[in-house]
Amino acid sequence: MSDFGNYGGGSMEAKKQQVMDQVRSELALANAQELINKINEKCFAKCVPKPGPKLSGGEQDCLSKCMDRYMEAWNIVSRTYINRVQRESQNMGGAGGL
Amino acid sequence: MAQNFDEAAQRELSKFLEAEQAKARLQQSIHTFCDLAFDKCVTKIGNKLDRSEEACLANTVDRFLDTSLFIVRRLEETKGSM
Repeated sequence: MSDFGNYGGGSMEAKKQQVMDQVRSELALANAQELINKINEKCFAKCVPKPGPKLSGGEQDCLSKCMDRYMEAWNIVSRTYINRVQRESQNMGGAGGL
Repeated sequence: MAQNFDEAAQRELSKFLEAEQAKARLQQSIHTFCDLAFDKCVTKIGNKLDRSEEACLANTVDRFLDTSLFIVRRLEETKGSM
């Protein structure tokens, strides 16, 4: 502790990077978890209307397709929303927005 | 943790956190809209989203936001007459 000054900027820089990386990866994880939860909920509703003793082959096929379709839909929604936010903030002269 | 950072680093970090929070809010909105639009637009699970499903998803997002703006505007209008 007494030779704190000797660490210089490097150690603090590294520590800052570490904090930023941690925040980024936690956010990415939370986003992925939310996506998985939504997919689980939607695809269960669509593909397993009458739960039997096990997931049938047909249900599994449906689930795989449903996962892909949900992610496609997510990308379309994301693109549309981001375009909209950008358009709105241009109209408002860059102030505020949605 | 914070006492290890000088003032410039703290400023940079708080700016970074603000940006990440904005990103998280944006992603959360996308989840909400996707939830809504998927129910409305994707009725059968096929091998690919077709044109009309894609259009429906995009329209749902845009009209939902229009609705939100409309409600705010409408409330502002009626506020004057109350």
